[in-house]
Amino acid sequence: MIAIIDYGVGNLFSLQSSFAAIGEEAVVTGEEAVIRAADKVILPGVGAFRDAAKKLTDSRLFTVVKEVAAEGKPLLGICLGMQLLFERSFEDGVYEGLGLLKGEVRPIKDVIPADLKIPQIGWNTLKFTKESALFRGLSEEDAVYFVHSYAAMDAPDVSAVTEYGADLAAAAEKGNVYGCQFHPEKSGNVGLRILKNFAELKI
Amino acid sequence: MITKRIIPCLDVRNGRVVKGVNFEGLKDVDSPVSLAEYYTNAGADELVFYDITASAEGREIFTDILKETAKHVFIPLTVGGGINTLADFERVLSAGADKVSVNSGAIRNPELVPEAAKRYGSQCVVISADVKRVDGVFHVFAKGGRVDTGMEGVEWIKRCTENGAGEVVLNSIDTDGVKQGFDLEMLQAVSDVVDVPVIASGGAGCIGDFITLFKALPKVDAGLAASIFHFGEVKIRDLKLAMKDAGIPARIV
Repeated sequence: MIAIIDYGVGNLFSLQSSFAAIGEEAVVTGEEAVIRAADKVILPGVGAFRDAAKKLTDSRLFTVVKEVAAEGKPLLGICLGMQLLFERSFEDGVYEGLGLLKGEVRPIKDVIPADLKIPQIGWNTLKFTKESALFRGLSEEDAVYFVHSYAAMDAPDVSAVTEYGADLAAAAEKGNVYGCQFHPEKSGNVGLRILKNFAELKI
Repeated sequence: MITKRIIPCLDVRNGRVVKGVNFEGLKDVDSPVSLAEYYTNAGADELVFYDITASAEGREIFTDILKETAKHVFIPLTVGGGINTLADFERVLSAGADKVSVNSGAIRNPELVPEAAKRYGSQCVVISADVKRVDGVFHVFAKGGRVDTGMEGVEWIKRCTENGAGEVVLNSIDTDGVKQGFDLEMLQAVSDVVDVPVIASGGAGCIGDFITLFKALPKVDAGLAASIFHFGEVKIRDLKLAMKDAGIPARIV
């Protein structure tokens, strides 16, 4: 069973539906016991880093996520959930992340040309920078759906980048910890394949 | 490279798609769920559901249909029509919408866009404007394009984006239904002053109109249309292939 962590950030309906569509059991839960009992864990998130980090801390799930990751359970952070995996974010201040991946989250405006719109909204392709089980069956022609103004930088564990005036971190992987900056649950069949690949990871 | 988006718009009344459609291999063409699935498989980059229901029961049916669609369709879903309050945002977002498009509601209540952006984030607030030339000036129209508000259109849209709208759907009443191409002049005027994505609406009659749009106005991010897709006059797959041939980044599934 896959636990989709509900800590009051964003709408988890599509994420849960997308697992149902690929025949995988996923529950939306904020309960520590359920998360600890799950085979795999998804950390979603939209909105501001600070608010999400605070909600995760307030609900005591900050420590739970760190612990399940330390146990070796596959963990997938999606969008802001991916950003939370890094050491810190510079979104409206400086805020601590989970520190499961090396690197920092910074505004994409620092690295892209001024005439490009922020956030990056839309479908963009991936360039794979290392082999990842998540991308099994995908090609660099496949596009996925992004909505973001920040991205991980100085991050050695990036597994795919996307070109938006600069190469931006699109996915990361280190051991059992995975992140997608894009929304697989909104990326059509390509996204469903990524979620299927995650669901099928051998523990 | 980020691709230009192609967005079919479905008008829904009492849970059924309005403007009868005709597709080979699609049994229930009036079902928003089956049509949404059809378009997703054909390569639509996003879908807009426009609720043109007037009654409260109709609204409830719409919300149920939306939920059902979101269970089967995994591309971004935008919902518009009858969005007047934060409670309306909540209703459609919890039913699976990713973005909410406001039109008359934003004109009636200027606080709606900033409040919604604050609560749900700019990325989910879309300002949709019906604009028409009146004595050579762009005017914003309310109530489905029936009432002239007297407000200047470009300024109105700019203000909405400054107040937190994260995307603009610009529908030109002048070109809508004419099928002679998008309103490039109006689109240019708006895309010159906003720094969020602009979605062109109104006037597409053939594949060439989309090519012209994206070639002439590189700042326009997406093209939206309804009947030409519903009636099969433009097939999304053919459109995408033509875009690719013309050197316009397109997502082909």
